[in-house]
Amino acid sequence: MALLFELEDVNFEYERIPALRGLSLQIADGESIAVLGANGSGKSTMLRLLDALCFPTQGSVTFGGRPLTAELFHQDGFALSFRRRVALVFQNPDVQLFNPTVFDEVAFGPLQLQWQKHEIVSRVSATLELMKISHLRERSPYRLSGGEKKRVALASVIVLEPEVLLLDEPTSGLDPRSQSQIIDLIQDWKGSSKTVITATNQLEIVEDIASRIVVLEEGRVAANGKPEEILSNQQLLLNANLVHAHRHSHGTYEHSHPHMHSHSKHEH
Amino acid sequence: MKRSGFIASTTVGFTRALSHALMSEEIARQRGLLQALDARVRVIGLFALVVAVTLSRRLAVVLALFVGAAILAVLSKVSLGTLAKRVWLVVLAFTGVIALPAMFVTPGDPIATFAGGLHITTQGLMTAALLIARVETAVTFTTVLILCTPWAHVLKALHSFRLPREVTTMLAMTHRYVFLLVETASQMFESRHSRTVGRLPRAEQRRMVARSAGVLLSKSIDLGNDVYLAMQARGFRGEVRILSDFSMKPRDYAGLLAFLCAGTLAIWMGR
Repeated sequence: MALLFELEDVNFEYERIPALRGLSLQIADGESIAVLGANGSGKSTMLRLLDALCFPTQGSVTFGGRPLTAELFHQDGFALSFRRRVALVFQNPDVQLFNPTVFDEVAFGPLQLQWQKHEIVSRVSATLELMKISHLRERSPYRLSGGEKKRVALASVIVLEPEVLLLDEPTSGLDPRSQSQIIDLIQDWKGSSKTVITATNQLEIVEDIASRIVVLEEGRVAANGKPEEILSNQQLLLNANLVHAHRHSHGTYEHSHPHMHSHSKHEH
Repeated sequence: MKRSGFIASTTVGFTRALSHALMSEEIARQRGLLQALDARVRVIGLFALVVAVTLSRRLAVVLALFVGAAILAVLSKVSLGTLAKRVWLVVLAFTGVIALPAMFVTPGDPIATFAGGLHITTQGLMTAALLIARVETAVTFTTVLILCTPWAHVLKALHSFRLPREVTTMLAMTHRYVFLLVETASQMFESRHSRTVGRLPRAEQRRMVARSAGVLLSKSIDLGNDVYLAMQARGFRGEVRILSDFSMKPRDYAGLLAFLCAGTLAIWMGR
């Protein structure tokens, strides 16, 4: 597979507070990757850098061999082509929903990318059907439930049919049914040989959505490998704060063991 | 305001502001007289009427325009009750404070005399009435325009009048920013309300408001930045684009002509 993104010794700071410290990573075209890490490990920042919404304070991010820089995005041609190919779903759907109706929200991206009007109408309608939110098309996004907001946020990006989908905590805060619907959607997307990069700290979903896991710890890559290798390394998961030592008793006997947050995978 | 109800009433106020904004979007989607016209005609036409209100020096003409604004509102599905609560009473309160001294300080024929040699003069009363009527009428026209036109259409209309892209971008962001600010403030006050038992002393209320204002500002700046990034992520380059294209139909030309004639007539009669 051809190399799509390359992050080389990337540093990034928010007002002198470091978020990424020497992060290096390669992502090939068509890969599905889960980026695991505790809160504050740099997952969201990494996705924003991949979507060229911010740029490294040191190091470089390249896309298809071309370094992503602020100057490059001053050119309308490159910026629009990049936005067409790479799309990001934000962790907080509220920041992504700013239009008066759900239909307008999903149509926002295609309008910015200057698609034909008839194409926009048909693609938006098809996407609303796909996401099972056609009944919400005239509703205001502010009035939706958390799960509905997430779906609209996802629809607003999927309508663009990007080659690269960046997802920031797509299932956090959702009820089990909504979670499983989002996972099904990511799996379908993954199956269509597109690149999917999902930032999450929900270990129970990563095997379903990724063929490679990157673990971030304090803004660096702590581990990088296949799901079965990473998920079986309890010490690594403990160090990265992705599982915790759980004490409990069986009658009079008390013991502790590493514990995932999903009780569906909590086995003794 | 009652001490015990401070947080609750603030929360209710925020919720009301949000529901007003949502109601505006619903009115804009209804079928009314203004909604049937091209957004550019609405913007130019109502701007012309606001100019006419400002230039008219006769109270009768301004009052006629006020009646015209109310009729326009009703024909555009805006309820007079909404206008009375959201515009007329508020404007009356604020403009009244400014206009009140004019009744006493404008020289002219006294119609009432008070202790200390204070007079209300006919000319003073007319000046105050003209000021209030002008502001009420101008704000009514502007409110009707905003209620009957989706914000994106107003921006696109302004953009088509060659308003710089920076200005329309700023207006677009301000609209969303205000929304976020109100939503965030509402959540903060709800959370505070759920953890407050009994009455808060006044000093504590003041401290809480000061702390909340600081936190709210920094939170809303972060959220505002994120919204802008989310817009950029979907290809926003500062230009407002909407699905429906503006196209002038015969009724739009007729509407524009009617607005401009009404404005010109009002300016001529109000000299």
